[in-house]
Amino acid sequence: MNLSPLGLIIAAIVAWLVIGTLGLTRPRHFAFITRVLFPAGSAVGLALAAVAFVALALPPQSTILPLGLPDLPFHLRLDALSAFFLLLLGSTGTAISLYSAGYFRSSEGTAPGLICFQYHAFLAAMALVMVADDAYLFMVAWETMALTSFFLVTTEHRIPEIRRAGFLYLLIAHVGAIAILLCFGTLQGGSGDYTFATMRTMHLTGAWPSAAFFLALFGFGAKAGLLPLHIWLPEAHPAAPSPVSALMSGVMLKTAIYGLLRVTFDLLSGQIWWWGVVALALGLATALFGVIFAAVQSDMKRLLAYSSIENIGIIVAGIGLTILFKSYGKTLLAAITLTAVLYHALNHAFFKSLLFLATGSVLHATHERSLGKLGGLIHRMPWVAWLALVGALACAGLPPLNGFVSEWLLLQAFLFTPSLPQSFVNMLVPVAAAALVLAVALSAYVMVKFFGVIFLGRPREANLAYAKDAGTFERVGLVWLAAGCVVLGLFPVTVITLLDPINTMLVGSSAIKGGSSSWLLLAPINADRSSYSPLIMLAVIVAIVLLTGQVVHRHYHGRVRRAPPWDCGFPAQTPRMQDTAEGFGQPIRQVFEPFFRMKRVLPSPFDAAPRYEVTAEDHFWHWFYVPIARGAEVLARLVGYIQQGRISVYLTYSFFTLLALLFLVR
Amino acid sequence: MTISGFLSQLLQLAIALVLAPLLVGWVNKCRAWLANKTAPSILLPYRMIRKLFFKDAVVAENASSIFRLTPYIVFGAMCCAAAIVPSLATDLPFARAADAIALVGLFALARVFMALAAMDIGTSFGSLGARREMFVGFLAEPALLMVLFTASLISGSTSLPSIVDTIAHRDLAIYPSLAFAGVAFTMVSLAENARIPVDNPATHLELTMIHEAMLLEYSARHLALLEWASALKLFNYSCIGLALFFPFGIVVSGTDWLALLGAAPALIAKLLAGGFALALIETLSAKMRIFRAPEFLGTAFMLAVLAMLVNLLLGA
Repeated sequence: MNLSPLGLIIAAIVAWLVIGTLGLTRPRHFAFITRVLFPAGSAVGLALAAVAFVALALPPQSTILPLGLPDLPFHLRLDALSAFFLLLLGSTGTAISLYSAGYFRSSEGTAPGLICFQYHAFLAAMALVMVADDAYLFMVAWETMALTSFFLVTTEHRIPEIRRAGFLYLLIAHVGAIAILLCFGTLQGGSGDYTFATMRTMHLTGAWPSAAFFLALFGFGAKAGLLPLHIWLPEAHPAAPSPVSALMSGVMLKTAIYGLLRVTFDLLSGQIWWWGVVALALGLATALFGVIFAAVQSDMKRLLAYSSIENIGIIVAGIGLTILFKSYGKTLLAAITLTAVLYHALNHAFFKSLLFLATGSVLHATHERSLGKLGGLIHRMPWVAWLALVGALACAGLPPLNGFVSEWLLLQAFLFTPSLPQSFVNMLVPVAAAALVLAVALSAYVMVKFFGVIFLGRPREANLAYAKDAGTFERVGLVWLAAGCVVLGLFPVTVITLLDPINTMLVGSSAIKGGSSSWLLLAPINADRSSYSPLIMLAVIVAIVLLTGQVVHRHYHGRVRRAPPWDCGFPAQTPRMQDTAEGFGQPIRQVFEPFFRMKRVLPSPFDAAPRYEVTAEDHFWHWFYVPIARGAEVLARLVGYIQQGRISVYLTYSFFTLLALLFLVR
Repeated sequence: MTISGFLSQLLQLAIALVLAPLLVGWVNKCRAWLANKTAPSILLPYRMIRKLFFKDAVVAENASSIFRLTPYIVFGAMCCAAAIVPSLATDLPFARAADAIALVGLFALARVFMALAAMDIGTSFGSLGARREMFVGFLAEPALLMVLFTASLISGSTSLPSIVDTIAHRDLAIYPSLAFAGVAFTMVSLAENARIPVDNPATHLELTMIHEAMLLEYSARHLALLEWASALKLFNYSCIGLALFFPFGIVVSGTDWLALLGAAPALIAKLLAGGFALALIETLSAKMRIFRAPEFLGTAFMLAVLAMLVNLLLGA
């Protein structure tokens, strides 16, 4: 093995597997695993990120490993797209591994050594998915990823709900995997050769390209959480330990985005415009659905899971728009949109991992996931609170943090759409832009709820007074991710320049070459059309804030007196009078009532112990999944009629089968 | 960026800072006149701010730093917004750094911090106000953005000064889409600035408050900054509306000092008229129940989307 970037990446994958196996050798040696193995895994992640960073600008390279089945060696390839997603994996994985070193406690369900193995095998499998260059290796890595994450989700396997969540996840992951397998089957176009290199040269005709695209959309959509298949996400994310939720939401969902991009823009030789319309509509529906449901959640990790669904929706909508532009030959616009897609994927990886890890710290400090029993933690856990604030603001899409940049780019792309030749599409796009903007605005609502209810206000329970701030390892991991959110937000042009080789590779145009961007000013087409400079903006705001502070304190006295809250003179305030999570979500529940399947339990005026209860469930369970489950049961019962369990009946079957065969074959 | 460009930018920012409380004073004066009351001095907001600055600040015991930082952040964001919105001239060097989308982002940033600060104390009214503010915001923000998108489709730019330039200095063309957008913008501005019919700036009934409920715990210099910031917000919205829909008198070059001198009376005249119109709307309408607000803002949103569709259909 030489020192090429691809070789180094293979070495990193092997290193992760070795670290995982070392964990297996001493499964109960707690200090060894948390103080040695997880930090080592983190270092490997950092190295992987560094190699991927360098490889972004390098030409593609490939190699063949003599592993696997005879005559089916593993093909590996490292190009700009793989390198970008490896960078995403490495840079967030570094922080999550460091955090895990401080997070896992010996009391969790699965033995720490086993967790260590599953965790590192999960990381290695994700990296392998991104460098796989034939369908066989891709599926092996994909399935390894699904299985290891399933075991990680069911870490607390003694709890029935968690086993149920894990089962649901496994089921949908496999339905998706079947679709991906069929997609590759379509893509090889009868050649019998399943390497990606062959697929690239296949020019499918007729309905086959569309079949391949929709199989990919379905298969990868199941992993990403697109609309009818999102059902596992809000179950699995809360069930998993927080670092695993962070990895799944931050990185694993992106492997699905990677797969979709790989199939659509690399393996398929051309794109058809209406694929874009479908992806756009599906993405926006997912985004709106996700954010509306996020607004009414009371469990902090479920809330974040729904918010992940929203972000995936935004990303897929962006992919749809890219397809539209590309199919009409507007490669520059396609490049800008694709940049927005990749940028948002990276941003989401950082801020969502940060938020999930923050919930992990809160969970450890308070043993409470329900928002209704938290509050006031900014005083007890200042580190976690302030770092989570960065993540929440980024997730809400506020300038000058990173979430805003990608949304800005995507909105710019929407504004360019009137140049498309098809008037139907032109009409569609304002509505789509409106939906996107609504989703983004709602995510600010969700994040205020998330941060405000957990960290601000007064503690809603007495035991919150004993909450402790996160330990050193956890802090370092959180700081890393928060710093990522800030840096990605402040230096958009640098990031976009890094992403540009992918644009050239996938849509055949550079996103920034034509524009007048400098390192300070982002201006995709030209500076008269649109420009944005977060650094200048931040500098101006900070300058004004400092100046105002100075003026106020110099010219007026700076005296501050502390007193009980005023609250319009009402003295008998208790913490229970604050808004709960349900209260905060109530306006959304009311406005979007048709979206929910609502059940209300209202107390009568004469109740001695009145109880008010409302649950807002997902319609998809009852409209989509329950009928399928019922259908499966009915089918099973029908099959049961054939299975009588008596030997004479089976002999009769054989007899008639023989007769039929004799009749047919003769 | 030249020195004179920088000076012109500073001048416009200073004008915004000075005129904003006056605009609030003027609106209050008109409201009093229309209600047949003795009107307070137009300078009252100034005296109020001055008085507040000299007082001792009282902060709740359990307030975190977010509570104390928020007035400064909100004030900074509003100043930053004032530096992007063309009031006298469209030549704003700083506008390169933040276009219309970033402007909406700035408003959102201020709103989110206001809501967080209101939740920080943990009182029932604070969190009530925060929830309602975010509720109004999530509907108003997209509508505002769609209005700005309509305007940016006309000019082919999302930079606010270039939009205003295009609309102001093209041959007198009538844009049907801007009519829809104008109505939508008016509705959004009413909601965003906590005016009747969505909120009442003069209310003393806690249960109906939105914006005021979030300020309940603030006092002294913090309150002064927030009052000033909300005056600036009103000024910014007025200037956006005036620049988009009545762009007469705005000059292109900010360094032509003589032309600026001519633009100032035009701005003041337009603000006086706009302020009176606002007072008239407020006097003529009643405050809605909070759950009627989605209908109101939903209408605004739909009108803005319609404006964009009209623009695409008619190309104007």
